[in-house]
Amino acid sequence: MYGSLELPNYLDPPLAVRERFDRIGQRPTVMEVQNLGRVFETRTGDVTALNDINFEVRRREFICVIGQSGCGKSTLIRILAGLDYPTSGQILLDGKEVHGPGPDRGMVFQGYTLFPWLTVKRNVMFGLLAKGESSHKAEIDARMWLNMVGLSQFADAYPHQLSGGMKQRVAIARALANQPRILLMDEPFGALDAQTRCQMQNYLLQIWSAVDVTVLFITHDLDEAIYLADRIIVLGARPGHIREIINVPLLRPRTRETLLDPYFLATKSRVEALIHPPEEEKAEELHFPRLVHVNDSIM
Amino acid sequence: MKAAAFLLPLAVWCLVSYCPYVWHPMVKVTEQGGSAFLRPGTLIEKPAFAEENGRLQTAGKPVAKGDPSNPIFLPAPHEVGKALYTAFTTEPIRRGDPWLHESLWHSIKIIFWGFLSAAVVGVPIGVLCGTFGFFARITEPFVDFIRYMPAPAFGALAVAIMGISDAPKIAIIFIGTFFQMVLVVANTTRLLDASLLEAAQVLGAKPRRLLSHVIVPGILPNLYNDMRILLGWAWTYLIVAELIGASSGISYFINQQGKYRHYDNVYAGIILIGLIGLTTDQILAFFAPKIFPWMPGAAGKRSSITAFFAGIVAFIGSPRSERILSRPRTSADLHETRAQGTAPTRRPIDMAAQEKGSDVDVRIA
Repeated sequence: MYGSLELPNYLDPPLAVRERFDRIGQRPTVMEVQNLGRVFETRTGDVTALNDINFEVRRREFICVIGQSGCGKSTLIRILAGLDYPTSGQILLDGKEVHGPGPDRGMVFQGYTLFPWLTVKRNVMFGLLAKGESSHKAEIDARMWLNMVGLSQFADAYPHQLSGGMKQRVAIARALANQPRILLMDEPFGALDAQTRCQMQNYLLQIWSAVDVTVLFITHDLDEAIYLADRIIVLGARPGHIREIINVPLLRPRTRETLLDPYFLATKSRVEALIHPPEEEKAEELHFPRLVHVNDSIM
Repeated sequence: MKAAAFLLPLAVWCLVSYCPYVWHPMVKVTEQGGSAFLRPGTLIEKPAFAEENGRLQTAGKPVAKGDPSNPIFLPAPHEVGKALYTAFTTEPIRRGDPWLHESLWHSIKIIFWGFLSAAVVGVPIGVLCGTFGFFARITEPFVDFIRYMPAPAFGALAVAIMGISDAPKIAIIFIGTFFQMVLVVANTTRLLDASLLEAAQVLGAKPRRLLSHVIVPGILPNLYNDMRILLGWAWTYLIVAELIGASSGISYFINQQGKYRHYDNVYAGIILIGLIGLTTDQILAFFAPKIFPWMPGAAGKRSSITAFFAGIVAFIGSPRSERILSRPRTSADLHETRAQGTAPTRRPIDMAAQEKGSDVDVRIA
């Protein structure tokens, strides 16, 4: 897709990257998804949302799931969080099968979902108190996590007083305070403007490198996926299935310059081809009525 | 703006009452002339008055004189205004009847107990219906069934069971509000953002905690508004409730005054109910942002009525010299003073601005 641009093969990364993936491969598995399927029963018949999903997540790995809309990204993450159930297959967390939602899997939603009646600090304390921690200890923990996301001076503010980016940082702090085995993020930055989004991606990478947590991140933004992930799970639609799991051939730490790395572009080119197969694009040609006669074409 | 809503109907009422060319279908006789039956003060319809005068003219007798006037059931605003005061100070016509303030207090007590008992039972049931589908399926059809029965229809039964004291009246208000309340509260509960429940579940909250720590606090502001609306309904049922058994309270007063043809007092009674309702509602509305400081717009929001009164207080409180000086105000000045008066630290804007420049203090180990 980048025409004459000479791009390296994304499957053949530099030695340092390959060694890094060897090291990741030796880490213990945190989550394992086996033959996962989800069929929705509707009046017009059964609809398969997800079909035979298999992957495993290593400890402290950063996984991005990407796919066009309607490919079952959200269904997948909801099943992993326990908010929906699979109709076949199973999910193993540290080797044990899990059912229903639990504090061992934290989740950050696109719509913030902070409790509006609680202050920022109390929001972060929610999971800790539900776990049965004393309010004194919960408060100390909450302050620690708020400090981590840089919002300690807003501990007593209410969510409606915060900007979108700040709300999402509180949501991340709230999820991390429970010290989950895996942090599930469902398009968490989708509602933010481009600048804040970029800032948030850097915050997230900083937090991730400082905390012992595994991340599974859903997005529809190619740049975001490649910039953040160790591995990208590319989903295809109808029914939702895994098209390819890509090892991102980039080293860490990553900066904004990474976005211009030849390997970055090679990966992006590959993911783009997977998500928008060329034969599908042909059908979308639109025919506009000729309203104005112009002599010079914009091409 | 709120005051203007009252001024327009009042202006129409004044127009009809004080402008002799608008409506005024009756004649109030001032001089009886040669008529045998017209007396000064008599109200008579215009055609009948003209007919009588025609008869007097042909008989060669002096004609009767009179002013155009409205029927007795439409007293002028000033008469009703006077009645609002005199109704409280006039001794009841029948000895042993309650004074107006006693009637009013009695009505308020009935409303209070009826509404309180309905809320104590109705709100928890409504919340349970809105939360658990199973609970809703076993209660709501029956509630719906009773809801369609007019509460006053239970009047005879209530008196038979509870006697003629206040108990059946409280029961009517209970029946009238309780069943509506269950459905309204259930609906409000269902409107709670489901993603908040999911967020709480993922954080490890179990069903009981979900109910007490997410659903109940989450619906409180809407529940509060529901109660404000339902309280208005309770007043509607009060009027019927007070007429069953031994009639009492404000509606007894209104009925009684109607019988004496003291329509100014009738209007005064009706207006009093409206005033009490409006006042309680305004008081509740005033306290809402103080009870729920976390609602967007709760901080620093002032209703126009309170702003109006605050302005009057500030005006009276200011030294006289300033008052005269500040008279020729431009609208820009007004804006400035209002902004100063009504902007108690709107922090959100500051915070959002701060975020742009803030350095996040994340230390990477």
